[in-house]
Amino acid sequence: MTLSRLAPRLAPYLQAMPLTLILAAFLVLPIATIVMVSFWDYDSIRIFPAFVFTNYQETITSPVTWSTYINTLKYTVIVWALTLVIGFWVAYYLAFHIRTATTQMVLFLICTIPFLTSNIIRMISWIPFLGRNGLLNQTMMSLGIIHQPLEFLLFSDFAVVLAMVHLYTLFMVTPIFNTLMRIDRSLIEAARDAGASAFQILTNVIIPLAKPGIAIGSIFVVTLVMGDFITVRFMSGGQSASVGLMMANQIALLQYPAAAANAVILLILVLLLVGGILRIVNIRKEL
Amino acid sequence: MTRKTTDRTGAGSATPGAKSAGPQAARGAGISRRTMLKGAAALAGVASGSGAVTGFPTIWAQNPITLRQFGTGVSNLNAIAEKCKADLGITLQMTALDSDAVSQRVVTQPNSFDIADIEYWICKKVFAAGTLQPMDVSKIKYYDQIVPIFTTGKLTPESTIAQGTAPNTVGFVEGPDSKTFASAPTQWMTLIPTIYNADTLGIRPDLVGRPIKNWKDILDPAFKGKTSILNIPSIGIMDAAMICESAGLIKYADKGNMTKKEIDFTIDFLIKTKKDGQFRAFWKTFDESVNLMASGEVVIQSMWSPAVAAVRSKGIPCVYQPLEEGYRAWGGGLGMAKHLKGAQLDAAYEYINWYLSGWVGAYLNRQGYYSAVLSTAEKNMTPDEWAFWMLGKPAKADILSPEGKVMYTAGAIRDGGSFQERMGAVACWNSVMDEDRYMVRRWNEFIAA
Repeated sequence: MTLSRLAPRLAPYLQAMPLTLILAAFLVLPIATIVMVSFWDYDSIRIFPAFVFTNYQETITSPVTWSTYINTLKYTVIVWALTLVIGFWVAYYLAFHIRTATTQMVLFLICTIPFLTSNIIRMISWIPFLGRNGLLNQTMMSLGIIHQPLEFLLFSDFAVVLAMVHLYTLFMVTPIFNTLMRIDRSLIEAARDAGASAFQILTNVIIPLAKPGIAIGSIFVVTLVMGDFITVRFMSGGQSASVGLMMANQIALLQYPAAAANAVILLILVLLLVGGILRIVNIRKEL
Repeated sequence: MTRKTTDRTGAGSATPGAKSAGPQAARGAGISRRTMLKGAAALAGVASGSGAVTGFPTIWAQNPITLRQFGTGVSNLNAIAEKCKADLGITLQMTALDSDAVSQRVVTQPNSFDIADIEYWICKKVFAAGTLQPMDVSKIKYYDQIVPIFTTGKLTPESTIAQGTAPNTVGFVEGPDSKTFASAPTQWMTLIPTIYNADTLGIRPDLVGRPIKNWKDILDPAFKGKTSILNIPSIGIMDAAMICESAGLIKYADKGNMTKKEIDFTIDFLIKTKKDGQFRAFWKTFDESVNLMASGEVVIQSMWSPAVAAVRSKGIPCVYQPLEEGYRAWGGGLGMAKHLKGAQLDAAYEYINWYLSGWVGAYLNRQGYYSAVLSTAEKNMTPDEWAFWMLGKPAKADILSPEGKVMYTAGAIRDGGSFQERMGAVACWNSVMDEDRYMVRRWNEFIAA
């Protein structure tokens, strides 16, 4: 009797159980381990269980950390702004200028074709293109546009941002395209009937309704850029640092606690950023 | 199956489920049967092997033994594994990693390998972790013929021991269970040397436009934005030290073990040079260094000798330039995992003895490295090859790589000359410093600057 009354109440817990277990094992546990290790001590070969704050102290007080974080944030802001503009542009075109659903889907799939190759390959293929004797410089020199090869093209912040924008724009296109497709076309007709110009429709109707998509895309791009290390390393030729690269260096030298402390700080920062985005936009509204 | 459908729960979905369970179960059994058979065979091999090892050489083909070796790419060559299988019947599973990953694996995953192919400076760092066991030199057949750099530290009785982590300083421990390095050779060797070389700067003779004689030439304003050094802190700092000392900026007591003040000076200088735009990039892997040089992005940079060969093999001129201040040397060796015992331990000794017996040595010498036992390697090389690689003589015929590709045409001379000239001019060895942690922090600062 009690069992029959308990069962319906248990059911939702049982239904939520698989995800809970997966998240506990593969998300909560690893993060808890990282937090724990960030308080441990280390020497050049091993780490000891301890409870010290030196890892955080060394990380926070070092000017390198600050300049690295600022550098990473700089990349994040620039890449975010560029992917947002390009991503919105592409999504807008797909959603409003392509008439048939079939063409829309075909064009959208074309956008994803580069993702059939590894992102490292897509990134590295920029190197022979942008180099001092690369395709771009050679072409421009033979056309007489420039007389000296442009050195800033490769191993520079320009190269890093270019590669990141190339790699991450689709993460912006997809969610924005999704929300734009859900906008009720009659709202746009109504706005037009009420005398709104195309620009007014964009700013007063479409962009406000696309906010959830923009927010989701922004979360993807921000977290990807904040955690990136391989793009920064290859495209800057080791000339620039990012937080991820700093951690990779520490791990490489077996300084796990220092890397863990760094990871915790980065995690807090990214969570704050994501929290900020979610404060501004209610992403559930349109899901 | 039909019975299943009468079950209370099995209204609709149970039938397909039950149907598919049949073949799946059979497949599962098949796999486990196979793996079990394999496991049994391996066990039998170990069991019979442990009793049988008395003579030399044992043919391990009857008692299949697998040794898992990992190390840096330079000596983890498939050709060696194939030849080892053919000669000894021992299967070598090779994994190539970068030097940082190697040190991590040795310390954190002691059971994931049987043989660690590591560098001497890594050995200094990781041996204290207790995951490696020292080797009994009485079981090493060619111990007496190992190049003395690795035993006494002196190439010739008169030579001085270079700065840094010289191999002899970490080559021996006091006893079989000891973790403290002995100051003089003992019966217990930590690593059996495999491969070593003297590193210097690589240049593009067609693009530098002037003779390069010193480490400081990398600072020449003419090469602004066309130079590179490697971004592996423990090695990069040494190249930087060679440059600073050559430019007359500082005199180090020991480049391989700098004081905090010396580290600060060196890194501050590097940061200033970087801000002035002297460097084009910093490389971390072999391929990156080859690409930088081959594409003309840089014209003078830190380099490894096979990278120079790789650039040259593309038909692009590249010279491994000997410099007045001398070379920065490095060396690697094979270490045995602590967990090895019985037949596997015997197989490991046998593998090491085979490694030193000449074929591998000749193979490595032909790549431009040096091998530990020269006398056996010489017997596996032609007199012309020996004269070219080891004696610094002009090649009489084309010099081929181990794969049969032409590396040098007849008449060519090896950059830097003979073995004695090159290994005798070592200024310092790759090393790990006491102030390692501080140095790495400052190095990160340099990269972030």
